[in-house]
Amino acid sequence: MQDYLLMIVAAMFINNIVLIRFMGNCPVVGVTSSYESALGMGAAVVFVATMAGTTCWIIQKTILEVLEIEYLQTLVFILVIAALVQFVEILMQKVAPPLYRALGIFLPLITTNCMVFGVSVLNIKEEHSFMQTLVFSLASAVGFALVLLFMAGLRERMDATGRVPQLLRGVPITLITAGMMGLSFAGLLGMV
Amino acid sequence: MAARVVNEFTKGFWKEIAPLRFALGICPALAVSTKVESALGMGFAVVFVLCMSNVLVSAVRNVVPDKVRIAVFISIIATGVVIVELVMQAYFYPLFLVLGIWIPLIVVNCIVLGRAEAFARKNPILLSLSDGLGMGLGFTLSLVVISSIREILGSGTWLGMPILPEAYPGFGFLLRPPGAFVIFGLILGIMNLISARIEKKRA
Repeated sequence: MQDYLLMIVAAMFINNIVLIRFMGNCPVVGVTSSYESALGMGAAVVFVATMAGTTCWIIQKTILEVLEIEYLQTLVFILVIAALVQFVEILMQKVAPPLYRALGIFLPLITTNCMVFGVSVLNIKEEHSFMQTLVFSLASAVGFALVLLFMAGLRERMDATGRVPQLLRGVPITLITAGMMGLSFAGLLGMV
Repeated sequence: MAARVVNEFTKGFWKEIAPLRFALGICPALAVSTKVESALGMGFAVVFVLCMSNVLVSAVRNVVPDKVRIAVFISIIATGVVIVELVMQAYFYPLFLVLGIWIPLIVVNCIVLGRAEAFARKNPILLSLSDGLGMGLGFTLSLVVISSIREILGSGTWLGMPILPEAYPGFGFLLRPPGAFVIFGLILGIMNLISARIEKKRA
């Protein structure tokens, strides 16, 4: 049990997928100009990344490793993720239309979110068990959503004060803020 | 025609340099830029994948129906990435270890899919090739700039050769992940400054 707790803290904060592992930076820059869109994107990623992580793990263990075609991993994983995103989109449209209206526009973007793909590959690379895969994917995705929300909140405040120099507005200040945020996350290093 | 080919090639270096202008493909730009050597390796891997995907996407542009185009593009790109992965593992093993997970992650590099979607599916093969080459080399250039700053100031070396005197203590912050973000943000700010100056001169 303690192992899982440590894993959650490590994946969410200390090795944060965005700030320390550098995955999924495009949405952090792209959709954090308002709090609502950050929330939508974050929720969509948590959902898809957890499903993709576990699905890819099952496929790796039951198909790729059995047939000894691990070298096709990249190709298979990305197709699985693309198909999964499409499937989630259709399912959501039928089952939960309000949720679809809230998250729908973010779903196609997720296919090329390197965080979803990266988590799926990391699970295999670090030889996680099924339970660990589930926990790691979920915790990483929640870490991603957290950063997205923090960033959206900070950016709304920064825009409101209007004190950011003209040349650094938009993307540059977002990246510098991400660096500062990464420093504070790295401060938790001693915990694990 | 020749002028257009040259034009599509050169736009990738300043006017539309992808990571710095549009914040595309910044994840690998941040991750592998601790050393110039790994930045170059990553850059050339992307150049190869980008050229191959642009040429193939352009070749099938009139055959593929619009609705399934993303799936087709991604399969093409993934095939290119698998080729790079296997070649690198066989012939450049140390580099393969350094780049690690970032080689398969070229699949989801926004630049590659972005060029397929925005350029290659509307343009003939030759133009797409020159676009891919220019964009890829522009990406490599940005990586080299960032990694040069990080390597020289962070550890006092460039491409492994010592540049600064031995007594230089090294600025470890730049080699750690947060340093990458800050340096990247500052470079973008400087780019904006230079662009603003050029605009002013023209006006």
